[in-house]
Amino acid sequence: MSLTINDVKRIAHLARIEVSETEAQATLVKLTGILGLIEEMQAIDTKGIVPMSHSQDVVQRLRADVVTAVNQREAFQKIAPAVEDGLYLVPKVIE
Amino acid sequence: MQWEVVIGLETHTQLKTNTKIFSGASIKYGAEPNTQADEVSIALPGVLPVLNAEAVRCAIKFGLAVNAEIAPRSIFARKNYFYPDLPKGYQISQYELPVVGKGSLTVQVGDQEKTVRITRAHLEEDAGKSVHGAQEGMSGIDLNRAGTPLLEIVTEPDMRSAAEAVAYAKKLHELVQWIDICDGNMQEGSFRCDVNVSVRPKGSEKLGTRREIKNLNSFKFMQQAIEYETQWQIDTLEDGGTIHQATVLFNPDTGETRAMRSKEEANDYRYFPDPDLLPLAISPADIDAVKANMPELPEAMKSRFEQQYGLPAYDAAAITASKAMADYFVATIQAFGGEAKQASNWVMGSLSAKLNEAGLDIINSPVSAQALAGLLKRIADNTISGKMAKDVFEAMWAGEGDADTIIAKKGLKQVSDSGAIEAIVDQVLAANAVMVAEYKAGKEKAFNGLVGQCMKASQGKANPAQVNEILKKKLA
Amino acid sequence: MINASLKEMAAALSAKKISSVELTQLFLARIKSLNPDLNAYITLDEARTLAQAKLADVRIAKGDVAPVTGIPFAQKDIFCAKDWRTTCGSRMLENFIAPYDAHVINQFDHAGAVNLGKTNMDEFAMGSSNETSYFGKVKNPWDTTRVPGGSSGGSAAAIAARLCAAATGTDTGGSIRQPASLCGFTGLKPTYGVVSRYGMIAFASSLDQAGPMAKSAEDCAVMLNVMAGFDERDSTSLQRDKEDYTRDLNKPLAGLKIGLPKEYFAEGLSAEVATVVQEAIAHYRKLGAETVDISLPNTQLSIPVYYVIAPAEASSNLSRYDGVRYGHRAAEYTDLLDMYCKSRAEGFGAEVKRRILIGTYVLSAGYYDAYYLKAQQIRRLIAQDFEEAFKHCDIIMGPSAPGTAFKIGEKADDPVSMYLQDIYTIAVNLAGLPGMSIPAGFANKLPVGLQIIGNYFDEARMLNVAHAYQQQTDWHKQMPEGME
Repeated sequence: MSLTINDVKRIAHLARIEVSETEAQATLVKLTGILGLIEEMQAIDTKGIVPMSHSQDVVQRLRADVVTAVNQREAFQKIAPAVEDGLYLVPKVIE
Repeated sequence: MQWEVVIGLETHTQLKTNTKIFSGASIKYGAEPNTQADEVSIALPGVLPVLNAEAVRCAIKFGLAVNAEIAPRSIFARKNYFYPDLPKGYQISQYELPVVGKGSLTVQVGDQEKTVRITRAHLEEDAGKSVHGAQEGMSGIDLNRAGTPLLEIVTEPDMRSAAEAVAYAKKLHELVQWIDICDGNMQEGSFRCDVNVSVRPKGSEKLGTRREIKNLNSFKFMQQAIEYETQWQIDTLEDGGTIHQATVLFNPDTGETRAMRSKEEANDYRYFPDPDLLPLAISPADIDAVKANMPELPEAMKSRFEQQYGLPAYDAAAITASKAMADYFVATIQAFGGEAKQASNWVMGSLSAKLNEAGLDIINSPVSAQALAGLLKRIADNTISGKMAKDVFEAMWAGEGDADTIIAKKGLKQVSDSGAIEAIVDQVLAANAVMVAEYKAGKEKAFNGLVGQCMKASQGKANPAQVNEILKKKLA
Repeated sequence: MINASLKEMAAALSAKKISSVELTQLFLARIKSLNPDLNAYITLDEARTLAQAKLADVRIAKGDVAPVTGIPFAQKDIFCAKDWRTTCGSRMLENFIAPYDAHVINQFDHAGAVNLGKTNMDEFAMGSSNETSYFGKVKNPWDTTRVPGGSSGGSAAAIAARLCAAATGTDTGGSIRQPASLCGFTGLKPTYGVVSRYGMIAFASSLDQAGPMAKSAEDCAVMLNVMAGFDERDSTSLQRDKEDYTRDLNKPLAGLKIGLPKEYFAEGLSAEVATVVQEAIAHYRKLGAETVDISLPNTQLSIPVYYVIAPAEASSNLSRYDGVRYGHRAAEYTDLLDMYCKSRAEGFGAEVKRRILIGTYVLSAGYYDAYYLKAQQIRRLIAQDFEEAFKHCDIIMGPSAPGTAFKIGEKADDPVSMYLQDIYTIAVNLAGLPGMSIPAGFANKLPVGLQIIGNYFDEARMLNVAHAYQQQTDWHKQMPEGME
C-alpha cells in the first residue's frame, strides 16, 4: 500500500490541517516511512482473534440521571476566541 | 413504465431524561445560550464521558415496545467529522453493535395493516445548534443541546407510499410518548425524521439509488416532501437521467426538495470504538426491571378494551391511538360507571371533533373526563335526550359549567312525565290531521313527521322514546 | 533538603524544622537559577505557589497533615490545573487557562501539596526526547547536550536537577519510564485504570496513564497513594478497594521469580546498557531472587501496533482543537474550512501533525480492517504473551531503553528511529500492565534504567522489588555534576 501525494492531500483535508505543496511532499516521505514500519503487522495471521480495546474485562458504569453541572458560561467563554451574546462565533456555515 | 417507491425512515428522538447522555448538565429546553454547556459539552481538553442510566432505560423500554432484541453487549463508537456544533470533532454514537436490534411496528394505513420492520435503534448524542445572523457572515454556536441523549430508530426500506411513511412516523411518534421516553415536541426538535427515498421499476428486486430528505419536523411536510421527491426521481429517470446519492432538504414554501449544496464526496466518518467508554452490558434482570415499570402498550390495551369493555375493534383502536386519549377514556368510564360504548362514542365523536376543530390536544380539553362522565350520566338516567346532550356539550365546551348546571340553567330537563307527554301528543294529533291520515294510509314517514311535531311542541324536551311509544299507542 | 525523601521532608515539616514556604522557596530559587538553561518548566507562578505553601503551613500547624502536605511537586503540563496556563507543550494551547482541575491535581490539592509549576513535555505527549515542545527543548541535567527523554522530559529534568521534591508524569508508550532511565530516577506507570484520566489532556485514550516520578521507589509509593483511586468522572477508572502502596516496601525478596524476556536482550540493545542491566539483575539474585528465561514473542510487533493505535486515537482526540471554543485560532482566514485548516496547521507542530495524519489514514474507509482492527487483534496477542509469561514468573525485568541519552537533534529528523526508542516500554501500555524504571547504574557516565514489569495491580510488589534494590545500592541517590 504505497501512499501518493493525493492521499496526503485527502487525509489532510479529512483532518482539517492545511498542508502546502512543499509540506505535502516532505510529509509524504515521512508518512511512507512510518507506514513501512506498520506493514510488519500484515505478516501475522490474526483470524478469529478478538480485538482488544481494554485490558480488564469491565463494562460501562452508569451515571444517575441527576443534574450536577452548574452554569459556568462566563468562566468558559473568558477563554474563547470570539463570543457574542453568549454564542461562540464562527464563520458562517453555508448549507 | 410502472414505478414503485421504496422508503425507509431514520428517526432521531430526544430522550426524556434530566441530563445529557454523557454528563450531568441539564437538557431543559429554552435556556439561555451555553448556560447548559458544561465542560464535557464544550469538549474542553481532558474531559471524559460517563453514560446516563436513564438513557439506557429509555432504550430498553423502546426495544420492549417494538418486540426487538436488546443487545446484551453494545459498543459506543466515534463518528468523526468537523462541524462547529460538534465540539469534540466526533459524535459518540453506536455503529456495529447497537443497543436495540431487530423489531417491528404495525401501523394502520387506511383500512390496511402494515408491519414496518425496525432494523435497529441506537443511543447517541445530539449536536449543538447553529444560529445564523448573529453577525454579518458569522454563525453563533449554542452548545446547550450538545450531548442531549438521542435514540436513533432505523427502519428497513419497507414503506411503499408517502401515506405508509407518515402512518409509521405518526405511530412511532405516539409510541415514544406512550412509553414516556420522548415528549414528542416536534417544534422543539424532540422528534426528527430523515426519510430515505428511492424508486424502481415495479417488480424489480434491486433497490434504486436513494436520496435522503433531512430534518422533516411535521407530518404534513413529510407527506409533501416524499410525494415531490418520488415524482422528481421518476421524472429524472424517465428523462434518461441518473439518480445520485444525495442529502436533500425540503422547502415548505415551494414544496420542493433540493440537494444540499455542500455535498462533496461521501463523508468518511472513520468509525472506531470509543476508547473512553466501556461496553454497555444489559442483563435479563435489567430488562425485567424496565419491563416491570412499563405502561401497558397500545396493542395490549386495545385488546383489553375489546375484552373488558366489549368495544368493537375499530373503537378500541381509535381510543388507544394515543395514551392521553386512552387515559381520558378510562377516567370517563370510571366516573361514569355506565356503558363503555357510550363513552367511546362521545370521545371518538363529539369530543374529538371539537378538539380537532380547535387544534387542541385531549390533555387540554376544556371538558374534562369527569365532566363528560357527568353528561353521560344524565343521558343514561333520561334527564336529557341524546340530542339535547349535544347542545349541553356545546355549552360545556364553551365553559358554561358542568352538565347539571347547564341543564338547570337552561331548563333542559327532559320531560318524561307520561301525562305531560300524552297531553302534547294529543295536542299534536289534533293539530295535524292530514299527517295522521297519511300515516294511517300507509305512509311510514308521516310518523316521523308527527314525532318531529311533538319534539317541537315540547321545545325538544320530550323524551323521544316515550313520545314514540305513546304516539304509536294512540295511532294504533 | 533538596535530596531528602518525601518521608524526610514530611518529618522535617511536621517537626517545624522547616516551613512549607521555606521549602518551596528553596526549590523556587533553584528553578530561577537552573531552569533558564534546562527549560524544565513552561509555566511558573510564584505567587500562586507560595500562597499554597502558606495554606499548607496553616494545616501543618493544626496537625492536619497528609504524607505530602506542604511538599512542592512539579506537575506535567498535561494536567489541567484551574487558573493555571495549561499548554500540553503546544502552541495550540499557548494561552489556554484551564477553567477546571484534573483529578490528579485535585488529589494533590486535597492532600495539601504545593504546585511548583507546569513542566515541559513533548507536544501533546508525542515524543521520546522532549524536542517537539513548542516551548523549546529540555536539556538532560546529566549532559546538557543530550535529551532527557520524553514525553515527560520537563518533569524528568526537574527531578534530576532537584528542581522539585518529585513530579508527575504520564506514560502512553514509555513517557515516564524512558525519561526515568535517561535521567537516573524512579518512575512508575500504574495498571491502566488505577489513576483517573479526567483532566489529563488525552493523547491515546486506551494507553494513557498518569504516574509518579521521584528520587526513589518509596517516594513513588507515597505519591501513588495520593494519585490512585476511583473517579466517577472517568468511565475507565476502576472501582477497587483502596490500597496502601507503601505496605509491602520492606518485604524480603527471597523466592521472587524474575522473568527475563529473551527479546529484551537481543539486537538493538546497546552493549553498555546490557552490561549495566545484567549487573542489576545479578544483584537481585544475591538478594534471593531467582531468574527464569521467558519469551515475549510478539515484542517486535508492539511498535507497529502502537503506531497504529496511538495515532488513530490521537487523531480523533485532537479534533476538538479547532479554534472555535478555546485555543489557537488563526488570525486570518477566508471561511470556516480555512479557519479550521489554518488554525490547526499553525497550532500543531510537525510530529503531532504527522501522527494525526497517520491516525486519520489508518481509520479511513478501506483501511480500518487492515490497520486499526488488525492492530487491536495483535494487541491481544501481546497481552497474552505477558499472561503466559506471568505463569512462570512473578515479575519481569529488562532494560527501559535501548541506549542512554542521545544527543539533542540526533533523532529529530528521523521519526522511525525515534519510535524505536520505545521498543521495551510500549508493550506494557498495550497490555495495560504496570511498569517501572529504576536507576541501575551508568554507561559512559550516563544513567541507565532497569525496567520492572508487574502483573495487573501488582504495583505494591513492584515497589517492594525496587525498594529492596535501592536499600542496597545508591544509583538512585546520585545527582548530576554542577547541579548542586
